[in-house]
Amino acid sequence: MIPTGSQPSQAQAGSLAGVGPSTGSQPSQAQAGSLAGVGPSTGSQPSQAQAGSLAGVGPASATRITPGNALRPEDIALEVQRGEAKPSEDVGEYALRLGDDALILAQRLGHWISRAPELEEDVALGNIALDQLGHARSLLTYAGAAWGKTEDELAYFRREPEFRSAHLFEQPNGDFAVTIVRQFIVSYYQYELYRRLTASTDATVAAIAAKAVKEVDYHRDHSAQWVLRLALGTDESRSRLLAGLRLLWPYVGELFEDDALTARLGDAAVAPSSMRADFDRLTNEVLTEAEIDVPDVPSALGGGRRGQHSEHLGYILAEMQVLAREYPGASW
Amino acid sequence: MAQNLQAVGSVTPSQPQSQLDADAGQAYFDHVMAEDSRIEPRDWMPDAYRRTLVRQISQHAHSEIIGMQPEANWISRAPSLKRKAILMAKVQDEAGHGLYLYSAAETLGTSRDEMMGQLVAGKARYSSIFNYPTVTWADMGAIGWMVDGAAICNQVPLCRASYGPYGRAMVRVCKEESFHQRQGFEILLELANGNPAQKQMAQDAVNRWYAPSLMMFGPPDDDSPNSKQSMAWNIKRFSNDELRSRFVGMMAEQVRVLGLSLPDPEVRFNEDTKTWEHGPLDWEEFKQVLAGRGPCNAQRLERRRQAHDDGGWVREAATAYAAKMAAKNEAAA
Amino acid sequence: MSPSNPQPSQVPTGSQPSQAQAGSLAGVGPQTGSTTSGTATGWPLWEVFVRSSRGLSHVHAGSLHAPDAAMALRNARDLYTRRNEGVSIWVVPADAIAASDPDSKGSFFESPQGKDYRHATYYVKSEGVKHL
Repeated sequence: MIPTGSQPSQAQAGSLAGVGPSTGSQPSQAQAGSLAGVGPSTGSQPSQAQAGSLAGVGPASATRITPGNALRPEDIALEVQRGEAKPSEDVGEYALRLGDDALILAQRLGHWISRAPELEEDVALGNIALDQLGHARSLLTYAGAAWGKTEDELAYFRREPEFRSAHLFEQPNGDFAVTIVRQFIVSYYQYELYRRLTASTDATVAAIAAKAVKEVDYHRDHSAQWVLRLALGTDESRSRLLAGLRLLWPYVGELFEDDALTARLGDAAVAPSSMRADFDRLTNEVLTEAEIDVPDVPSALGGGRRGQHSEHLGYILAEMQVLAREYPGASW
Repeated sequence: MAQNLQAVGSVTPSQPQSQLDADAGQAYFDHVMAEDSRIEPRDWMPDAYRRTLVRQISQHAHSEIIGMQPEANWISRAPSLKRKAILMAKVQDEAGHGLYLYSAAETLGTSRDEMMGQLVAGKARYSSIFNYPTVTWADMGAIGWMVDGAAICNQVPLCRASYGPYGRAMVRVCKEESFHQRQGFEILLELANGNPAQKQMAQDAVNRWYAPSLMMFGPPDDDSPNSKQSMAWNIKRFSNDELRSRFVGMMAEQVRVLGLSLPDPEVRFNEDTKTWEHGPLDWEEFKQVLAGRGPCNAQRLERRRQAHDDGGWVREAATAYAAKMAAKNEAAA
Repeated sequence: MSPSNPQPSQVPTGSQPSQAQAGSLAGVGPQTGSTTSGTATGWPLWEVFVRSSRGLSHVHAGSLHAPDAAMALRNARDLYTRRNEGVSIWVVPADAIAASDPDSKGSFFESPQGKDYRHATYYVKSEGVKHL
């Protein structure tokens, strides 16, 4: 099994409705075949079992839509405006790193929409891109508060050396296998990162991480599912996946490099090197199930955190920034 | 009901074996139409009804899928991160709409693979408006406001289409489309209130998309041979010209809020007929584009074909993996 | 179309409604055999049921294609709950659904007709009696 924990329970035994006690270990609780699924899976929830009539609230109930509630970039912008959230320059710089990673990845992933291997995957990759873009907006909004800049000023009016993204995020989409490998590495890294950052001494960073970690958890699951399918699917998919792993694994090292900034930040941030063991263990579990060895490739010199980028970033920025820069100061 | 379908079918033959059965089916179908009730997938229905629905729903689905491209064209260049997120969500929604609609068409017995095959082979139609290029950011506004606006005018009545799965798919689509039109309107509003170059960009886009969006409703009623039958079948609820007139009226009102104008001096409300009128449309161009001679026909199809072909090995891998796992589980059981 | 696909390449005729292969929305009678109703690479069809909030039933939301149950669940999440529509999802292979025969609607659902004594409104003499 994939060690993601986010796995929707694969409906063991249970009655049609009791659907899968979420603790996969006890399938035998199988609520007696009630169709209505009255027995909640955890038992902790008193069965709200409103009589059947309530359930018939109408066919619309499968399409009811709500905005939900969660931390949005706009909320952070508001806090910043009110002066309730102001990072130190160090925290700003740190948020810039994470925000740039997410922004560049969103830019890359967005390209798949209308080009994915199957329409369902257009939607799936689109969701991941949107999650990443959301994280980027929150992080850049907060980072900008350190220098009195907005998310858009940071995204559209910085020059290449002012970006702080790591090289992995800048790598081209390649074929679907390359994109999946990149997502696999990224989401296992980001999960460890955001999981720890929920305990950041910086309240805004912690709040952003708390929202992000749940989404990234799903990204782990998505990429792990595909790693397994590509690795164990056909000869072609396996060789493409292996090629993708060899291509991108050199950029793993940069993600876990400590530097002066992370040292100064202490408990506001996470020491990148401290996450490496968990990352290795969890990615290795998936790769083992996929019958793959971790690629034996040398680590590439990074430099993204210091503004030294891959050859790709310039093109990404040229495309991303072109319209905004054509009309500086314009509102959209 | 533990029997499987085949068994049920053999107890009560559902295939009309004789003219008598066909007559009974037709009578029931006519009764459903007269009651303005709904036909469901396993009901008897006339061949032509089924063919019409497959054609219309699949064309509709294709339009959603091809329609992703002109907007996806601006995701990477959206001028603010908020707009980028909105546009991405919108284009992604369109993939979802295409999927809802393909599902509805599949209930009529045509597989998605087959419909997709017809699309990439250039044998299926889709809304010809998507064969025009999106050349400026303002086109994102015009598409949302005008193209999606026209689509909504078309689609809201389809929520009551006599074929159940189609109507249900349209309910879901319409709920989601309303955000699409509003975001388009806001893009234009923002531009219209921006600097002179931005405002000009917005006006240009409105000028370019106006006529194509009016033509989305299809040929004039006296040149639309299929309309009558579709209305008799309760698939279509209003004629092309009725919907077009209603749409022009909405545009005429809303464009004033934008502080822009429609490129048609003949738009007016006819007090006698109580309908909105517009100037002549270039139906010759419409036919040309429909026949494949639009600016982007070849590009749109090639892009879809390429995505489909490039994804072949991925789909195969997932299928192979599923088969391996199923075999493994069976062996373990 | 691969030869394994049982489906005729032309649009099925109206005279054979219940044979509709590859059909979705549970309304359609599947062929026997595997869940693979598409071509060699075409993914099988799944019906999706969404519980919109705790305490309510799962309601049919639509269908989708996926290679297996795990991916079907994930695709369903992306396709049918992008706007907080649900707290729980079921996916069912479309051809695992048995449906009643539409042409027997006369007889199959006839019995309950006219048995109004099954409904509280049948009993008028007790009207006005409290808590009854």
